[in-house]
Amino acid sequence: MASRGIRDRVAVVGMGCTKFGERWNKGADDLLIDAAGDALASAGMQRDDIDAFWLGTMGSGISGLTLSRPLRIDYRPVSRLENMCATGSDAFRNACYAVASGAFDVAMAIGVEKLKDGGFSGLVITTPPEDGTSGELTAPALFSLLAPAYAQKYGVDEAELKEVFTRIAWKNHRNGALNPRAQFRKEVPKDTIACSPIMAGSLGIFDCSGVSDGSAAAIVVRAEDAHRYTDKPLYVKGMSMISGPATGAIDPAYDYTTFKECVVAANDAYAQAGVTDPRGELAMAEVHDCFTPTELILMEDLGFADRGTAWKEALAGTFDLDGDLPVNPDGGLKAFGHPIGASGLRMLFECWLQLRGEAGERQIGTIAHGRKLALTHNLGGSPGECVCYVSVVGSEPSA
Amino acid sequence: MRGIVGYGAYVPYFRLERAAITSALGTPAGKGARAVASYDEDTTTMGVEAARRALSGAPAGSVPDLLYFATADPAYLDKTNACAIHAALDLPGSTLAVDVGGAVRSGIGALRAALDASVPALAVLSDIRTGLPGSSDESNGGDAAAAFLFGGEDGQPVLAEVIGHASSTDEFLDRWRTPGDPYSKLWEERFGEHAYAPQVAAAWADALKAAGLTAGQVDVTILTGVHPRSVRAAARTLGAATESFADDLSATVGTSGTAHAGLMLADALDRCEPDTVIAVVVLADGASVFLLRTTSALAGHTSTPTVGEQIASGNTGLSYETFLTWRGFLRREPPRRPDPDPPAAPPSMRHEAWKFGFRASRCEECGTRHLPPGRVCLKCGAVDHMQDERLVDVPATVATFTLDRLAFTLSPPLVGAVIDFDGGGRFRGEITDCDPATIRIGTRLTMTFRRVSTGLNGVHNYFWKARPVHEGVTKSDGGMI
Repeated sequence: MASRGIRDRVAVVGMGCTKFGERWNKGADDLLIDAAGDALASAGMQRDDIDAFWLGTMGSGISGLTLSRPLRIDYRPVSRLENMCATGSDAFRNACYAVASGAFDVAMAIGVEKLKDGGFSGLVITTPPEDGTSGELTAPALFSLLAPAYAQKYGVDEAELKEVFTRIAWKNHRNGALNPRAQFRKEVPKDTIACSPIMAGSLGIFDCSGVSDGSAAAIVVRAEDAHRYTDKPLYVKGMSMISGPATGAIDPAYDYTTFKECVVAANDAYAQAGVTDPRGELAMAEVHDCFTPTELILMEDLGFADRGTAWKEALAGTFDLDGDLPVNPDGGLKAFGHPIGASGLRMLFECWLQLRGEAGERQIGTIAHGRKLALTHNLGGSPGECVCYVSVVGSEPSA
Repeated sequence: MRGIVGYGAYVPYFRLERAAITSALGTPAGKGARAVASYDEDTTTMGVEAARRALSGAPAGSVPDLLYFATADPAYLDKTNACAIHAALDLPGSTLAVDVGGAVRSGIGALRAALDASVPALAVLSDIRTGLPGSSDESNGGDAAAAFLFGGEDGQPVLAEVIGHASSTDEFLDRWRTPGDPYSKLWEERFGEHAYAPQVAAAWADALKAAGLTAGQVDVTILTGVHPRSVRAAARTLGAATESFADDLSATVGTSGTAHAGLMLADALDRCEPDTVIAVVVLADGASVFLLRTTSALAGHTSTPTVGEQIASGNTGLSYETFLTWRGFLRREPPRRPDPDPPAAPPSMRHEAWKFGFRASRCEECGTRHLPPGRVCLKCGAVDHMQDERLVDVPATVATFTLDRLAFTLSPPLVGAVIDFDGGGRFRGEITDCDPATIRIGTRLTMTFRRVSTGLNGVHNYFWKARPVHEGVTKSDGGMI
């Protein structure tokens, strides 16, 4: 795959993120107004300073009017896009490319999802009319298929693997407890997680991410313009968006212990960013922990751990807030919540806070030790058939 | 010589022990067990299973020109249920498929029509029987299907030749069900005995006369009907030898209405030697009698699996509460999830070969199998170089699986599995007819046609699921289902 990237050509100069959770008193309009307003304020901009908008939402509205109507946008281009759980990140990617191309000076990427108005448990996705043969498995069931496959391939006892999942959820809840914007702000004892009601396979309710409302936004300008708006911009080092051939569910060669889409996207983004040792170079990573086994497998797919070893590293605390490579310091999808269209930009928001040293009591130590890069990652779909996004951002332009 | 050239029967996997009714309601429901169509079965899907077996046991290349589907519990009215059976059997468009449903007697009508045809004709008989909780229809009923392919003119070996038949028809009120009602109503029992007696006598005498036989020459007597008291009376008056009466399967299956004469006949054919005279006597709004003589072609022939094997491999772990739930008499709290989307008509038609015929595609360049069929090969990328391949009879193995407790189903947990077919090809689908606790990586599976769900618009979503290969009696060790 030939992918040149736009390393250091654009920068993030303002961000906003609402509190995620059951926002019964806020509609999608309100969440958009709040996130956009916070992003503009952080960049010292007014609404009309934005030349073009990219709006990501899976199901909280169609067309650019979803954004331009509540914000009363003054006749500007607004693209509305959807790419499953990578929706917010793809909105950001398109905004970056628009600025890098020279078509616009200032662009906003904004994501929103209002899930809690649906009235159902879990995520509900509307599909086009179908022939009724595609199956009825829910998302937790599809991701639970990873557990027995991983256990069998690497000879891990299933009970031990359940401990690993429990620790991942425990870690993310612990991080989320320190985050005022997170949906769940309490540490959860491991016993409570391990004994929570089973949803599918070995996954309990605490192995699943929070169904949540929320919005997040980023403002992108050309790198050379960044210091007009902030002393501490975030430079975009690499971005990769991969859609797989969706053959995992029909190809006996697929073994349910990896997301090939993520491996390809990570290698592409690392190449663009010049990253050769992600475990040693990244200060932190925000990864798509939609279910605890997903986070486990991503540690290997993203090159943070050797194949078959991530479960040991997770147990050893490598990815804790004070570990070698903090993963999901903001609580992740698990504790921060997962409003689909907003999640990718929420991850970028944590990179923004951490790399600028503004993360308060959950500020990670790796940055003080000189690391200046952060990663975001999204995965939409299910094992064997998904879309994947990986980005690397940094607090300094390359030498 | 025209007669039966292929036959098959289907007894669903689950059994309700009548003691479970007795203990729930406190009124005696009798001994033994009744067969119960699963939550994902209806008369159409059971008919498909029986017909698959009838055709697979028939001489190679047997293709019916006619398909008659009879049931008193049709999945649809106004729309022909036989068309779904026709599609699932992958029959040619030139085969006429029609329903002859509505009443139990239509089973005999379908057999007679298939017999009287001058072309290969398939009669499919299927029924789901129940009544109000505590009724004898509920405890004595049973769910089953049977199918018979008639032919023989073109030199195909006939397993059993029809040597005489007769019917007697009369209008009288015995049992009835207003369309839309979930159960039937019955007239007072003694009146039925009065009405049926002359009907049985007339049909029996006429059939024997047509075949040139006496009652004493009948080797196997199959006697069933919708009015148990009259059936018992007929057993005393027909004059057939006591030892000739076949097991009526009431202790193991229950009386399966429209299908029952067919089920008993299939069971008899499984057991009979050549040159056996079989009488089929059915009491339903009148009486009908068929007399058959088995031929040398039956030597060593049975259906696969036999009726007896199916009876022996049932699961008796079904609770009465689950039975009531499946039949719609106990409305339970659904999961807080949206109702399943009904299938849309145009994509269902475009994908008929996959949805109903379970036809995959195999790449002509590299041999890779694709389920569902695709135009572009996942391995070599060849475009539109695909060969159709029907996989309904190809065995498969569980590659990995999960129990989904959140999914919308009448029988939680939903067992989802990644299934690898012998000879290549992978499919992610559902496993049915199983104790979820017994599913393992490596469990062997066969495909079965099912009603996956029914939309709020009343559209049934038919598709294929996998079921474990059942051997011998199984009892749920995960507790009651």
